[in-house]
Amino acid sequence: MNIMKLNGAKILIESLKKEGVEVIFGYPGGQVLPIFDALYDADIKFILPRHEQGAAHAADGYSRATGKVGVCLATSGPGATNLTTGIANAYMDSIPMVAITGQVKSFLIGNDAFQEADVTGVTRSITKHNFLVKDVKELAKTIREAFYIASSGRPGPVLIDIPSDIQQQETEFIWPEEVSIRSYKPTSFGHPGQIKKAAKLIASSKKPLIYAGGGVITSEAYRELRKLAEKLNAPVTWTLMGIGCFPATHKLSLGMLGMHGTAYANHAIMESDLIIAVGARFDDRVTGRLDKFAPYAKVIHIDIDPTSISKNVRVDIPVVGDAKNILGQLLEDIDKLPDTSEWLKTIEAWKKKYPLKYQDKKDVIKPQYVVEQIYEATKGNAIITTEVGQNQMWAAQWYKYDYPRTFLSSGGLGTMGFGLPAAMGAKVGKPDAIVFDIAGDGSIQMNIQELATCVCNKIHVKVAILNNGYLGMVRQWQELFYKKRYSHTTLVNPDFVKLAEAYGAVGIRVTKKEDVRKAIEKAISIDNTVFIDFKVEEEENVYPMVPAGEALNRMIEGLA
Amino acid sequence: MRHTISVLVENRFGVLARIAGLFSARGYNIASLAVSETMDPTISYMTMVVEAEDEKILEQIKKQLNKLIDIISVTDFTKKAHVDRELVLAKVSYSQKDKAKFENSIAKTGAKIVQKTAGFVIIEMLGDQTEIKALLDSLKQFGIKELVRSGRIAISK
Repeated sequence: MNIMKLNGAKILIESLKKEGVEVIFGYPGGQVLPIFDALYDADIKFILPRHEQGAAHAADGYSRATGKVGVCLATSGPGATNLTTGIANAYMDSIPMVAITGQVKSFLIGNDAFQEADVTGVTRSITKHNFLVKDVKELAKTIREAFYIASSGRPGPVLIDIPSDIQQQETEFIWPEEVSIRSYKPTSFGHPGQIKKAAKLIASSKKPLIYAGGGVITSEAYRELRKLAEKLNAPVTWTLMGIGCFPATHKLSLGMLGMHGTAYANHAIMESDLIIAVGARFDDRVTGRLDKFAPYAKVIHIDIDPTSISKNVRVDIPVVGDAKNILGQLLEDIDKLPDTSEWLKTIEAWKKKYPLKYQDKKDVIKPQYVVEQIYEATKGNAIITTEVGQNQMWAAQWYKYDYPRTFLSSGGLGTMGFGLPAAMGAKVGKPDAIVFDIAGDGSIQMNIQELATCVCNKIHVKVAILNNGYLGMVRQWQELFYKKRYSHTTLVNPDFVKLAEAYGAVGIRVTKKEDVRKAIEKAISIDNTVFIDFKVEEEENVYPMVPAGEALNRMIEGLA
Repeated sequence: MRHTISVLVENRFGVLARIAGLFSARGYNIASLAVSETMDPTISYMTMVVEAEDEKILEQIKKQLNKLIDIISVTDFTKKAHVDRELVLAKVSYSQKDKAKFENSIAKTGAKIVQKTAGFVIIEMLGDQTEIKALLDSLKQFGIKELVRSGRIAISK
């Protein structure tokens, strides 16, 4: 029998194919030349971004839009360090991703060789796990394990560092069909006793509130979540990462809670007597001042990650496991339903008293209006990515997301420059979707080079720049808490229309309110990447707002 | 409060760095750490003594350790019957007039003299934390020139 031997680079490609990888976002360099040689005639899609950070965010955006593992690739040293922001971003938001980096030849490691960096060392705290491959015979198994770790349990990025000599060495390609890691056994099913206890507690509650996070989307538990809400007749609020896990247009929906959440969601959680937390981690942007948070509530916390439980908020009934499985079981176990009619009336009153609002004007473009118009024009069927700051919050507040994986935003890390490459990745994964990046004039410039990638690969995303000439969110804080001392937050911007045109994209400038909708529709109809430069109200603020360190119900409304 | 925790880990490069990184990233302090191979050479055993202000922090430490992919199991000895030992080596000097007193202390605490030189003696002692504390307290009067401790190791009963 002939044993087919492959070099490490080919083994990598074959392994990625075995894992069902459709696309790699990567950038070449000295220590990945063997891999690029293998890619030359490999039947796997390859997208060349213009910066490695773009590759990482694109892989991340691809993963968020599709639920599949995103893959990015870079060379050693600076290539790898350029990936790190994207890796950290994926880590904070539990996005399954495999990052592959070249490394200097194994016998040079530790020698301060050209383009050497201790990449496993650098990424240790921003990956779920990482590997340095020292033996080509271990490569296939390592890749198998990396994908398994990245996509199971609480997902996250896994990095594989492969020295270039390992890429060149040959060995027999054996793909391990099974993967079993003795030290890694994520819990999938919740403890039945705990679920029964949760069902009992739910039955005895009067003001239950479902607080859902990104875990609902990760575990694809949205159907179960909706069933639970409808069965209990309980209101649902969600985190930034949870947007889309429950239809925003549903009558039980309260929208997002937290620092820029709706007032009624924040009042509801503060008055609730039972929080059913699903796949959310009580982040500081959600809880506000911790010792004042939800004083009357018992807490049921469903989460796959035991470290999330009782980390910030004391939990009465923890249930560790996969949200979909646990909610399924919980639905079966609930036999007695709480009476929530009074509670829903209270909430209705809050909704009337404190609606989400902004002061619209005839002669000025309000950023919120732009977001609403994008919602109307796309009938809520687009995939929205965001940058970070005011643009992100307005995109979260003023577009109604009815479907999971349609709002892709940098939640935990808050990475400016995420939106454009993430939109690119999402569009690659969902080519038929309309993909909008709702951006700020500051953030968009942090990865603007990816405009070239979009144009030359015909990844036609639409970018709505809410251009206020400021780093708006920081300016807002300076206005409110630093006596309007606008320290280094004023931007002198390039001409975004000309800039888009220089890249071969289309640029549209909108300065009048009546042109907003037309411009959005035009952008959608153009078969190219489009920048729309909306000149919006310069000093508009995001409201409501809970100042840092304040209790959740101490919101600033900001409106007359 | 100090807690003794042991972990079984994959015997691989980088595992110690992961554990050290976990502690440093979250601001937890390791008071002592002892690492060795087990009967199975692919597995290492680490005993660590950690500072945790309260139960919540201790719980987080254990959960975070468990979360590391290369950690096979975590045991907290805080409420578990166990035996622990630590080895102490110390250079002690004393004046000739204190010779009898010194030898008496050594005998009482169960320490052993390993080597005598002109200026000092090296003593060793193996014991639990109470025994070691007793030794160190009694040696203070003579003058400890140098002290080395192995870090605690523990095994469940």
